[in-house]
Amino acid sequence: MTLTLSPNIPDPDGFYDELLAAHEGLTAEESAALNARLILLLANHIGDRDVLRAAFDAARRPSE
Amino acid sequence: MTPRYPLAATLYPYARVPAQDAAPVRHPVVIVGGGPVGMALALDLGRKGTPVLVLDDHEGVGQGSRAICFAQRTLDIAHRLGPGARMVGKGVVWNVGKVFHGEERVFEFDLQPEPGHRHPAFINLQQPYFERFLVEAIRDAREEGAPIEIRGANAVTGLTRHADHVALDIDTPDGPYAVEADYVVACDGARSPVRGMMGLGFDGRVFEDNFLIADVRMTADFPTERWFWFEPPFEGAGQSALLHKQPDDIWRIDFQLGWDIDRAAELDPARIRRRVDAMLSSRTGTVPDYDLDWTSIYTFQCRRMHAFRHGRVLFAGDSAHQVSPFGARGANSGVQDADNLGWKLDLVLKGQAPDALLDSYSSERVAAADENILASSRATDFLTPKSDASRLFRDAVLTLARDHPFARPLINSGRLSVPRVYDGGALNGPDALDGPAISCVGAPCPDAPLDAGFLLDRLGGGFVILTVDAEAPARVEEEGIVATRLALTTRDHDPTGALRARYLGGAASGVWLIRPDQHVAARWAHYDEAALRRALRIATGREAGP
Repeated sequence: MTLTLSPNIPDPDGFYDELLAAHEGLTAEESAALNARLILLLANHIGDRDVLRAAFDAARRPSE
Repeated sequence: MTPRYPLAATLYPYARVPAQDAAPVRHPVVIVGGGPVGMALALDLGRKGTPVLVLDDHEGVGQGSRAICFAQRTLDIAHRLGPGARMVGKGVVWNVGKVFHGEERVFEFDLQPEPGHRHPAFINLQQPYFERFLVEAIRDAREEGAPIEIRGANAVTGLTRHADHVALDIDTPDGPYAVEADYVVACDGARSPVRGMMGLGFDGRVFEDNFLIADVRMTADFPTERWFWFEPPFEGAGQSALLHKQPDDIWRIDFQLGWDIDRAAELDPARIRRRVDAMLSSRTGTVPDYDLDWTSIYTFQCRRMHAFRHGRVLFAGDSAHQVSPFGARGANSGVQDADNLGWKLDLVLKGQAPDALLDSYSSERVAAADENILASSRATDFLTPKSDASRLFRDAVLTLARDHPFARPLINSGRLSVPRVYDGGALNGPDALDGPAISCVGAPCPDAPLDAGFLLDRLGGGFVILTVDAEAPARVEEEGIVATRLALTTRDHDPTGALRARYLGGAASGVWLIRPDQHVAARWAHYDEAALRRALRIATGREAGP
C-alpha cells in the first residue's frame, strides 16, 4: 500500500468543521495532547509501517 | 585486603596454595571475577574437561538482590549446566502486573506462560542465590572430575600480555604471586580492573541515571504482583518506581532518581523509609510492617567496549557492556556471553578449532550488546522523555492505554531480555529451509516438549545434527569435530505439535546443524553430506561463510 495523497475525504468542509470542533475550548497544551492521541489512534488504524513512514516524510517536508 | 562490598555468604574462603611459593604456573584459562558470568563460564568449561582457574578478589557472594530477574534463556543455559532446577525451585514466578501513571491505574495484565517450554519467561531471584547455586553446581561437577578451581581473596593487580600467554600479578592475604594463562577472561564487572590495566575504554555513553534500590522484608499480606509507576505520585519518588516480589518475603523496590542527586542524603534510612511508606500505602492507605533488608544506589550507563576480544584477553558481562536495568538485560546477557564463549574456548584449547574462532565471540556478542543497548535506550526514552514532543506522545500512550488495548504494547517499561539471533554471523552456514523464523540460522533453538522430556535436554552441549522426518548418518566427523544426530519424527516425538510449529512450519522435513550453545548453525530440507561438512567448518572458524 502507498500513502494516499489525492483527495479521499467525502464532504471536506464538514470534516474540517469536525476536526476544529474536537479542539474547541481547549488550551494550546490540551490541543497538543489531543493531537498526539489522535495521531496514535489513526496510526494504529492504518497499521502499515511503510504508509506511516511516507506520511512522516510528507509531513516533515511540505513544499515552499 | 579490604573487601569492596559486604558478603551475603562466604563460599570460597582464601586458602594458601603451593603455587604461591613456586614459579608461575601456566593455566589454559584464567577467569577474573566470580560473579554470575565468571562462574557460569567456569562451570561450562570445567564440564567439558577444560581446566579453569577462577580468581575472585572476594570470598563469596555480595549482599543485595541486584540482578533479580532471570529470563528463560538464562534458565535454559543453567539447566544444561546443572543448577537450573534449583534456581526455578527457589525463584518467584509472577503473572499479574499493574501499570500506574501518577495516581491513575493505566492497565493490568496477566502473563500466561506460553505452553511447551520447560521454563517460565523469567523468575525473580536474588543474585546471591543465583551465584550460590552456580558455585554449588561447580562443587558437584568437581566431584565428578571437572577441573575447576576457585581461589577466593585473590585480587589481580597486574597484567602483562605476551605473544603466547598472559601473565597476571595477584595479591592475597599472604602477599603477591603470579600465574600465567593461555587465555584470560575478564568477568570482573562494570568497573573491570582488567580493562583498566589494559587502558581500554568504552564507545559512547548513551545514557546514565541513578536508582535507589531497597530490599524490603514484609510478611504482611501483599499481592504477588509487579507494580510499575510512571511519574509516581509519592513525594520524591523520581521518574519511575517499581515494586515486585522475590523469595523469602523480600520485596524489591526501585526508585529512578535522575542524574543529579546527593547520594549520602538519598541513602539516609529515614528518607528511604518515608518513600517506601508512601509507596506501600499508596494503593491501600495503610503502611504494612516491614524491615529494610538492604539498600543501595545504583548508577548505570549504556555503553560497550569497541571489541570484546583483545588478543588473549576476552571480556564478558558488565566488564564489556552495560545497559539500563529496564528489561533485565545485564546479568542475562552476561550469561549469554559465557554461553557463547565457553564452547569456543574449549575447542580452541583442545586444538580442534583455530584461534580465529574466538573472533566470532566478539562479533556475535557485540551485535547482542548493541541490540540490548538499543532496547534499553528505547525504554529509557519512554520512561524519561527528553523533549516536549516525546513527553506528549508518552502521556498520550498512557492515557489511551486505559481504555484501548492497541496502546498497551506501546508502553515501554523495559522489554524483557531475549537472546540475540546471530543474523549474518560469521559462523552461519546456509539457511536452506523454508521454515519458521523462530528457528532460522543464528537463532537460539526454541524448546519443544517431546514424547519424553524437552528438546533442549536432548540437544546437549556438542554439535548436533537434528533431523525431523529426514535421514542422516548417526555421526559425522570433520577434522576432529564430531556432530551426532538427534533423529526425531513428528509422528513419534511431537505429542503437542510444538516441534512441527517451531521447526518445520510448512516444510515436510528438515535438517539442522546445532552449535554447542544450542544456536542454529545451518538448516536444510534434506541431508547433504558435503553441505553439512562445510557448515561444520564454517561454524568452527575454519572457513569463511557463504
